[in-house]
Parts: sequence; structure tokens; C-alpha cells
Amino acid sequence: MDLTALLLQQMVNAIFLGSIYALIALGYTMVYGIIELINFAHGELFTAGAFIGVIVLSALQQAGWVESHFVLTLIIVFGLAMAYVAVLGVAVEHVAYKPLRNSSRLSALLSALGMSIFLSNGMMLSQGVSDRAYPQVFGLQAIEILGARITKGQIFIILLAIALMVALQLFVHRTRLGKAMRATAQNRTMARMLGIDIDQTIRITFMIGPALGAAAGVMVGLFYGAVRFDMGFIFMIKAFAAAILGGIGSIPGAMLGGLIIGVIEVGWAAFLPSAWKDVTTFTVLILVLYLKPSGLLGESVSEVRV
Amino acid sequence: MVRQELQKLAVYAFFLAILLIPMLGFRSASFEPDRALKIWGVFVGILILNFIVKAVRGGRAAVEAHKEPWTERTRERISRIPRLYTIGGLALLAAVYPLMANNYMIDVGITCLIYVSLGLGLNIVVGLCGLLDLGYIAFYAVGAYTYSLLNLTFGVSFWAALPMGVVLGMVCGCIIGYPTLKMRGDYLAIVTLGFGEIVRLVLNNWDSLTAGPNGLFGMKRPTLYYPSFADGGFSWVAYYLKSLPALYYLILIIVVLTIVGVRRLDNSRIGRAWIAIREDETAAELSGVPTTWNKLLAYALGAAFASVAGAFFAAKLSYTNPNFFLFMESCIVLCIVVLGGVGSIPGIVVAGFVLIAVPEIFRGLENYRMLAFGAIMTIMMVVKPEGLIPASRRKRELHATDPHPHEESDGRDR
Amino acid sequence: MAVTAKSILELTDVHTYYDNIHALKGISLSIPEGDIACLIGANGAGKSTTLLTISGVQPAEKGEIRFRGEPIQHLRPEQVAGKGVAQTPEGRQIFPRMTTFENLEMGAFLRKDKAAVAEDLEWVFSLFPVLKERAGQLGGTLSGGEQQMLAIGRSLMSRPALLLLDEPSLGLAPKLVERIFKTLLEINQKGTTIFLVEQNAHMALNISRTGYVMETGRIVLTDRASALLENEQVKKAYLGE
Repeated sequence: MDLTALLLQQMVNAIFLGSIYALIALGYTMVYGIIELINFAHGELFTAGAFIGVIVLSALQQAGWVESHFVLTLIIVFGLAMAYVAVLGVAVEHVAYKPLRNSSRLSALLSALGMSIFLSNGMMLSQGVSDRAYPQVFGLQAIEILGARITKGQIFIILLAIALMVALQLFVHRTRLGKAMRATAQNRTMARMLGIDIDQTIRITFMIGPALGAAAGVMVGLFYGAVRFDMGFIFMIKAFAAAILGGIGSIPGAMLGGLIIGVIEVGWAAFLPSAWKDVTTFTVLILVLYLKPSGLLGESVSEVRV
Repeated sequence: MVRQELQKLAVYAFFLAILLIPMLGFRSASFEPDRALKIWGVFVGILILNFIVKAVRGGRAAVEAHKEPWTERTRERISRIPRLYTIGGLALLAAVYPLMANNYMIDVGITCLIYVSLGLGLNIVVGLCGLLDLGYIAFYAVGAYTYSLLNLTFGVSFWAALPMGVVLGMVCGCIIGYPTLKMRGDYLAIVTLGFGEIVRLVLNNWDSLTAGPNGLFGMKRPTLYYPSFADGGFSWVAYYLKSLPALYYLILIIVVLTIVGVRRLDNSRIGRAWIAIREDETAAELSGVPTTWNKLLAYALGAAFASVAGAFFAAKLSYTNPNFFLFMESCIVLCIVVLGGVGSIPGIVVAGFVLIAVPEIFRGLENYRMLAFGAIMTIMMVVKPEGLIPASRRKRELHATDPHPHEESDGRDR
Repeated sequence: MAVTAKSILELTDVHTYYDNIHALKGISLSIPEGDIACLIGANGAGKSTTLLTISGVQPAEKGEIRFRGEPIQHLRPEQVAGKGVAQTPEGRQIFPRMTTFENLEMGAFLRKDKAAVAEDLEWVFSLFPVLKERAGQLGGTLSGGEQQMLAIGRSLMSRPALLLLDEPSLGLAPKLVERIFKTLLEINQKGTTIFLVEQNAHMALNISRTGYVMETGRIVLTDRASALLENEQVKKAYLGE
């Protein structure tokens, strides 16, 4: 493989990984934008999405739907995973965050952390400690572009991720509820005085963010071929790094940050010892928080934040 | 009012069911909800109990406005028992415990005491200074690996390695503390989490030094030296603390010293500075409290206590590996601090024993241990944020900052 | 004071606490429909708290607030807004990362009558033409005066029956203040009752019919605005004469 092909291949890998990080990061950023709290349970919601995906997909595969109704199968898998996790997200909000909305930040953080531990162990108990294999529905057929091999699955996942992000952007900027979300994030008291129901707005945020995370979970499962109850942890940290890097609270920031983290990780794994790639991500996270806590797109007064 | 509360309770229980039943009811793809329903029942029971307690208290408060609620009265009664007796009794119990217990029970006791000392150390950072540290276990690892490496490479004894471990722990505390000085609570939590993971990954990946995931073994146990006049001459003879009771007494002494240390810190000028920082950092700084220095000190001292516990842990097992220092361990320690009552020393001691010993005793519950820890953390924050045995100063801070349920604490304008 | 017209807002013995601070110590007042009333007083007297209490942001601990005869003291801010009470709070509280147009849109958040909203938008643009020029600009980038106009315009977009205004003159050049007060008269003529909180007592009393004077959480003086302008005490304390 020559250098161009190698670079192209790594670029595709980076975009792929980056768009998954971006989808997860969006959940952090949206929730943070609206209630200024890190949703520690977000990584677990992402994993829950992956599990629903594997359960539904396995069932449909047994029924022979993958062969007969391929597109419909994908729609059902993604739809159910996202819908279920959206409900779960609202439940998490109601159980762990809503009662603490007027409490100290430390209480809210601890409550969020407790939720995360609880969900991750709940999944361990119900789904087991070992890897669950994902049915491989895309096959290994790949398209060659300038020597780089791109699988159909990769293309599908990248396109879906982009579509979801565009849809989110449209929702936030074009719809009444989306605008209410932005208004609430920018000035909660004023939003209420204009008649916006904060509880409802927060609930919707806790549906959309986790639903995007669930979609990412299914994507990860489809691509890597397996899910595990604790995979949310590492994805959570990386997606969080992406959210911070882009500027927390900023939707395009989360997308940009996800891409950058993806590039860093893929680049590192391609040329340097891959055992250390997670150390690199953590270091990037800490450096960003230390040097520029507002992130790349956090401070600018342009139409970038939620 | 009662009706409104009941309605809230019902909605809460409903969402709890949404959360619990699918999460625990599915076994891979089959659905067996009975276990989930049991756990749900326990939670709802706790909530209803809390509601009843509140209602009774509220009702009583309305009837006899100036009589204290029963918990206050009980606490007052307890505090009337001379403290010396209470502490003396507990000390006696702790001292004779190995004489009454079998080896397994002593081992559990040792584990509990290790976690208590970790809890006390973390309490300095979280409880007194108000900095949420999610990577605390890294300092425990620093202590364990410092002793292991020094002992294995240079044959340094436990007692000689201990101060080095403490110093190294403090240095690491400062390294982690320094970049986080200006950070807000939630960023701090993530950064410390990241640091904790970095330490673990380094231990895991640096094969040539730490033997990677295989871990290090063969460290010598702690020693005691006693004088010997045999052969007419004078010499010190090393006695290795190998037996479990001996190790038990060692960690007991460490815990007692930690308690004394933390108590003195709490009541000192530094302790008050920490509390000032916790309550309002800007105000503290404006009143002349050197916040930078005091926060670093909190990190360093917290790390020092963890390092001691870590060294003891490695010496006791004569084995260590990176998987002892997972993120979950940090969470367990944090859970001890939270359950006991952030900032409360007796609370942490009690919580340490409850959280570590109970799952050991009821072996069948082991799988549910972390599940319960998570649930305890959330439910505690919702129901009783000040912990089981609240530190008096802490109580006010953790409850809702204002009495109005609809009020938003901010008029944010970013 | 003789209340002839039916009152749109009535406060009876309202008490509000900020944490442990007893901010309102029994406020009673009554604003007739179609009126302009103002509340003047020194810094920290509790004027803003009065408005926030009416809107439900800082709920009343005790007492009754009636809007068009209906008690609203237990309602949440979004519900109060739904009843037809709009507030332009102190410091304008523009959404900084939304455009001028979007800010105005948010003002009409609860309304479903699209045609009437478009009409009101035109009306707001005619009151403050500069907002039309700035329609695509982010709220956070507007000047102080423009933000104040935007804040008032946003409140008007809900077509409120009662407009609560907190310090519209704060930090603005005198010429601009005059313009804004003139516009307030215009708004009032279209049938909106205005309750105004002001430090600029002279301006406020000039356009109001009724005036209330507040001191440390209590209303100490109530009279026709014109009478208050002549009141020696008021002159000395608030009009700087």
C-alpha cells in the first residue's frame, strides 16, 4: 500500500471514529448546555443502545429479515435502540437529576456518578460480563478508492452519523422546541418568563442526547462486531474529551471535537505504539481543560452554541 | 401539600420502574422481571419510608413547633454518653477483635480498615475542601508500587519505603492538583478521572518497570525490630508481620493515626481554610485565604494517606497489579465518603465497614455490590445528601439552597 | 387613592424571602386596567423583587396576588406568562446567541395565531425600526440601547395584558431614555397596562398615573403620580430637588 492509500485509509478510519465520538459528545454537550451538569450516565446509555441493538438485530436475523428486508431491519434496529434509550434518558433525568436541580453541584455530580455505576452494573447483571457478538450484516465487501479499502458498513455509518447531526442542527435552529432549548440554555429564568416549560425542555434534551448516543452504540456494535457492558466508560471519556475540545455546550464544537479526537487516535495507533493511545486521549483532554477550558468553539460569539 | 408530595413520589417510582425493570429484567433476550421488581420494591420502600419520616416530622413540627425531631433527640442522647466511654469501648472492641475472629473475618476486617483509611484520606479532598476527585485510587497505586519497586529492586524495608511513598504520593497529588486549581467542580472530576486512568494505563503498559498486567510479587512483609542480647552482644532482630492479626493491628494503628491526623486537620487553621474554600472560593480568596496553596495541600495530604494505605496493601498481599486500581475502586471509596456523610469522620468509619463487610458476609450479594453502590449514591443524594452521620457543618450546604421549589438559583446570562 | 377602574393586578400583603432575607414585608397594591403605574425607591428597596414575585420567579411566601381577579401566587413563571403577564427584567436578559429576530420570536413562544404574531412583529418593528435593521444580528452583539428595545419588543410579542418593566432607563443615554418612555406611552395607548419600576423617578412619574414609593421591603407612599411629583418628601429623596 503506498503512502496516499495509507493516508486515505487512515483518514476514512478517523472520520468514522470521529463521527461516532461526535454523536456521543453531542449528548454531553446538549445536556451540559441546558443544565450545566456532566451526564456521567451518558456512556452507559450509549452502551444500553448497543445492547438493544444486538438483541433486536439477533432476533431479526433469526427471523431472516436481514436477507429479506435489509433496510427495514436497520431502521427497526436503530429506531428501537434510540427510542428505548430516549425513554431511559428521561427516566435517568427524573430519578437522578431533577430532584437535585436546586442542590449543590457536588450532590448533582455524585448522583450522576451513582447513576452511571448503577446502569453499568445493571447491564453487567442482565447481559453478562463477556462480549456479546453482533451479527455481521454488512459483510466484508469493500470498495477500493485509490488503494484504500472502505467497507459498505463504514460508508453507511458515516452517512447516518452525518444525517443525524444535520437533523439535530435543523431541529435546534428551525423548530419551536429546538429554539426553546437554545433559549433555556442561554438564560433559563428569562426563558421561563416567556412561557417556556423548562421541565419539558430538559426532558426533550434528555431524550435527544441519549438517543444520538444509542445510535452511536449500535454503530460501534455493527462495526466492531461486539458489545460489552463496560465499553461505555472509555467511549465516555473520549467523547467527553471531544465535547470539551470543541467547547462544551456547542453543537458544532462537539462535531469538530469528535473529528479531532478521532484523527488523533487513529493517527497515534497508525504510527505509534497503540497501547498508549488511550493515554494520549486522556492527556489531550487534560491539556485542553488546562490550557483552553472554553474549547475551540466555546467562546466565540457566533451562532455556534446550543 | 401531602397530596402533591405523594404525586411526586408516584411519578418518581414510575420513572424508577422504567429505569430498573428493563435494565435488570432482561437476561440477554429473555425477560425475567421478578428480580428487578424486588429491587424496585426496595427503592420504593426507602422512598416511602423517607416520605413518612418527613411527613411525621413535618406534622410534629406543626403541632409542637419547638420540640426536636427524634433523630436529633437520639443524637443528643448519644452525645450525652461521655465520649471517652464510646471511643474507649470502640477501641477495646477493635483491639480484641482478632482474638475472637477467625482468619477470614480478620482478613475482612483488614480490608475494611484499608478502605476506611482511604475514605478518610479522600474525605480531606472531597469533604473538607469540596474538590470532587474521581482518580483517588491512583495515589493508592502510587503507594503500592513505590513500596513494591523499592523493596524488590533495592530491598528497602516497609518502614523506609513508607516515607518515600508518602512523598511521592504528595508529589503526584500536586501534579494532579496544579493544573486543576482553577477548574470548576465538574471539569475537575473528569480531569482527576483521566489522571487516575493514566496512572493505571502507565502501570499496565510500562512492562519493563512494572511487569505490566502480570503485576509484581514477592515483596517482603512489614517488619518489627526487637533488641536481642543473644551471644552476649546487642543486635536488632527483624520480625516479619506475617500473621493476619499482626497485619490487622498494623492497619488499625494506621487508621487510628489517620483519624487523629484528619481530626486535627479539620479543627486547624488549614481545615477552616479548606471549608472556606469549599463554601465559597472567591470569598475565601478575598478574605486572604491562600486558596492555591491550600488546595494543593488538600490534594497532597489526601494523596499521602492513600499512599500509606497502598504501601500497606502491597506489603500485606505481597502482590500488586494494575487491575487493583480500576476506576470502580475510586467509586467505592467515594461511595464510602458519601454514604458516611461528606466531611464526617465517624460516618466514614461506619460506612467503610458497612459497605465493605456486608457484601463480604452475604456472599450471594457480591454481584449486586456495585449496583447497590451506584443506587446508594444516587438515592442518598436525593433523599439524604448529608449522609448517615452528617457532619454538622455540612448539613446546610448539601440541602436545597433555598426553600422555594420553583425557584431557579440563577439568572444566567452567558 | 380612589380606584375607579377595575384593577388588573392586585397584591395583598405579599411577603417574599431571598434565602433568609425578608425582601418583601407585606406589599399591597392595585393597578387599574389600562393604567401606567410606577414603583420608585432606592436601591435594594425590593422593587425588582416585587416584579419577580409577580412573575413567580421569586415566589411569594405569604399573601395573595390576583391577576384579573384570579390568584396567581402559586403559579410557575411560565404559567404566569401564559396568563398574559410579560416582564422585561432588569439587565434586559437578551438571549445572546440568538438573533434579534429569534429573540422576538421567543417572545411569541406561547402564541399560536401566526397571522397576529406577524402583525405584532410589524408593530414592534415600527416602534423600534432599528430592530428591523438588526434582525439577523446576534442579541449579544447589540448595543445597550438596542438590547433594551429588543427586550421591550420581545415582551410585546406575547401581546401581554400587563407589561412589567424593570429599569428600562438603566445605563442608557438621556435621549434614548426619552424615546423609550415615549414608546411606552404609545404601547399603553394600544391597551397594554404597564407597571414600571424605575430609579429615574422623574421620568417614571411623568408618564404614570399612579405611583408607589418603596422603602426596605414596604410601600410607604401611594398616590397619583402628579401628586407624588409635588410631594416634598419624594422631591427630596428621589427627585433630587
